[in-house]
Amino acid sequence: MIREFLKGIIKENPTFVLALGLCPTLAVSVSVINGIGMGIAATFVLLGSNMIIALIKNGIPDKIRIPCYIVVIATFVTITELTMKAYSPALNRALGIYVPLIVVNCIVLGRAEAFASKSSVMSSFFDGLGMGVGFTLALILISGIREVLGAGKIMGQTLVKGFDPAFVIGMPSGALLVIGLLLGFFNILKSRKRA
Amino acid sequence: MNAQQLLTIFISAVFIYNVILSRFLGLCSFIAISKQTKPALAMSLAVMFVTTMSSIITWLIYRFLLIPFGLTYLRTISFILVIATFVQFVEMVIRKISPPMYRFFGIYLPLITVNCAVLGVAVLNSDMFFVNNQPVAASFIYSAFQGVCVGLGYTLAMLLMSGIRERLELCNVPRAVKEFPLAFIIASIMSLGFMGFNGFRF
Repeated sequence: MIREFLKGIIKENPTFVLALGLCPTLAVSVSVINGIGMGIAATFVLLGSNMIIALIKNGIPDKIRIPCYIVVIATFVTITELTMKAYSPALNRALGIYVPLIVVNCIVLGRAEAFASKSSVMSSFFDGLGMGVGFTLALILISGIREVLGAGKIMGQTLVKGFDPAFVIGMPSGALLVIGLLLGFFNILKSRKRA
Repeated sequence: MNAQQLLTIFISAVFIYNVILSRFLGLCSFIAISKQTKPALAMSLAVMFVTTMSSIITWLIYRFLLIPFGLTYLRTISFILVIATFVQFVEMVIRKISPPMYRFFGIYLPLITVNCAVLGVAVLNSDMFFVNNQPVAASFIYSAFQGVCVGLGYTLAMLLMSGIRERLELCNVPRAVKEFPLAFIIASIMSLGFMGFNGFRF
């Protein structure tokens, strides 16, 4: 159980190792708050859909399993969307269309297909939790870098007075650059470890 | 409806808010299939067709089913189901009618179901062209047109990227950034170029 949880954080980190679900990662990582919000929303959807799919996996005909998974996932996304609209409208506005787009986040469908459809409810729960935490940590890392360099702030607080931020890092182009360099950096770490 | 509005939609969907380089929709397929120009073109054409058709279908569903019955909170779930069904249907039709075309598109069609660009444009349409659950004037035409334009923007980015990556095959790049990381860095530079369109005003 613990292993299922831990593997999502480092060894099979969804963002940096599996390279899944990059669209929302790049789009919302302008500030750490947005990153955490997106991470929690995705974790909730992952947990719920993983558990439900593990529960009903024997009742789903093999041929139409993908549409069935999508319906389960979309249900949890709708719950998330409505909750977020009710309790934190500002976050909902900041994340915009990327909240409904969790449905097509490859991490969620990928875990349903690769793990939850073959495993018990308990291990699916921990798998979903691990992947969700791994995704959230990746988002915090990327959005931390972008917020510090692009706006000179962290969590909305100014870090150093008189620092001239590089606005481009906060723009879409900066997001692509940061993730490209981070992926390269993790590649170096991986090859060091193997050698 | 007026021509200026259409032109604005065109410029903003293709250049200013390019679906890949600025909105980050459909990034997975953009990185995975842009290694060579030919499959990139096939994928782009398939995406353009599906975004256009799904814009039309989801508009009809939103306008005539979800709004009259007060079910707009079911937007996500109904849109994704309709898109998945539609893509499956198109795949079956193409296989039946034209086997060469099926071989050309083949594996890319099912992938489109989970392409965020398709669901993204459907959600965007229902956000932009409906005010307080009422369609704005010529809302249907704008939605369909935005579907076409998003597809065009996708094609443009895809062709540029695959052209660059084909040349890169011959270059000597550092091992750590080979393949994906380098693709992201190139996309970043392309996105920088597209930022230049930001000042466009009519």
